[in-house]
Amino acid sequence: MIALLIRDLQLAFRAGGGFGLGLAFFLIVTVMVPFAVGPDAAGLAVIAPGVLWLGALLACLLSLDRLLSLDWEDGSLDLLATAPLPLEGVLSIKALAHWLTTGLPLVLAAPVLGVLLHLPAAGYIWIMVSLLIGTPALSVIGTFGAALTVGLKRGGLLLSLLVMPLYVPTLIFGAEAARRGALGLAGETPLLMLAGITLGTIALLPFASAAVLRVNLR
Amino acid sequence: MIEVRDLGVSRGAVPVLRGVGFSVSAGEALILQGPNGSGKTTLLRTLAGLQPPLCGEIRGDPEDCAYAAHADGVKLTLTVAENLEFWARVFGVTGIARALTGFDLEALQDRVAGGLSAGQRRRLSLARLMVTGRRLWILDEPTVSLDAASVQLFASAVRAHLRGGGAAIMATHIDLGIEGRVLDLAPFKARLSQSDADDGGFL
Repeated sequence: MIALLIRDLQLAFRAGGGFGLGLAFFLIVTVMVPFAVGPDAAGLAVIAPGVLWLGALLACLLSLDRLLSLDWEDGSLDLLATAPLPLEGVLSIKALAHWLTTGLPLVLAAPVLGVLLHLPAAGYIWIMVSLLIGTPALSVIGTFGAALTVGLKRGGLLLSLLVMPLYVPTLIFGAEAARRGALGLAGETPLLMLAGITLGTIALLPFASAAVLRVNLR
Repeated sequence: MIEVRDLGVSRGAVPVLRGVGFSVSAGEALILQGPNGSGKTTLLRTLAGLQPPLCGEIRGDPEDCAYAAHADGVKLTLTVAENLEFWARVFGVTGIARALTGFDLEALQDRVAGGLSAGQRRRLSLARLMVTGRRLWILDEPTVSLDAASVQLFASAVRAHLRGGGAAIMATHIDLGIEGRVLDLAPFKARLSQSDADDGGFL
């Protein structure tokens, strides 16, 4: 298991591994928003938490296509399925590697990009905490979507359409926690709901992902 | 080591083979032959546990099988040694030196796999079998893109594996000079039975 995690991280950081793809997209979205909606500081401060959350979510979505399809194309997915690792474990590790290379950099970049959006001072800690709690769910749900569409030629569009509705609860509670925090209101309730969603998906979805992947490998 | 009785396999929803039966014990090799599309790959994938059989039974431990597919399963941005070490750790085996010498890869071990030729990549893919520690090798067209010398390397690796109490089932069309029974799959070709045809009509 550890060997698989190390391999996936190595692959992500080597040339063409796709590390930074999500981060670059996140940067582009947040830099472009002030150009699109105007430089009014008060207006930007209102939408900042939502924009940061939406940007992080779309950046995550962008990198899902590579999660399993690269291993499928070169045949390593078949070999991993016949290796003495449970497929549920393989997919959990894949989700973890995806989070470490995509989700975690987004969490760390969010406060820096918050400056560009005039995020109120109280909001920085909230956007970081809510992303830290919420992005693992995005990776785990995304792994499920990737397992569903692996093997389809150019399945990226279908993957996005399938995963988008599953991302909605995470987005609602994550952005709500960050919004309340930025306004100085109590944000514990949406944060707890967000944590519940994340823990639930981590506990249950790997089994569903492994089941659909087994069907797809036939 | 593995015993197959009255096995039927399907590709998609189409049955391709019916009534296949054989057994392979330690030290034996079974060579599958048949024209393209006769179901060799489907049968091997079923034996490896990647897909369930249509009917019949497979007696044997799936944890005993090491499967080598058409595709190399080699990560192009990792070096030869990193590729092998990864699989060795997944299968809980220590030491990749034997696999490197067995397939004459020592000189290439620090090269990135993306820079190898197709034949060298194939050798790396086959060397993976030696770090699995599994007793039954299931090989699908193992000699594709290998030159004559590499085919001999592969044949001697298989012979050493058989001498060590292993077994192998492989689909291949060239003569490797390995003592083994040949199983022609053509007679087992599944014909659409009346009931299958009826199902097709209803669905």
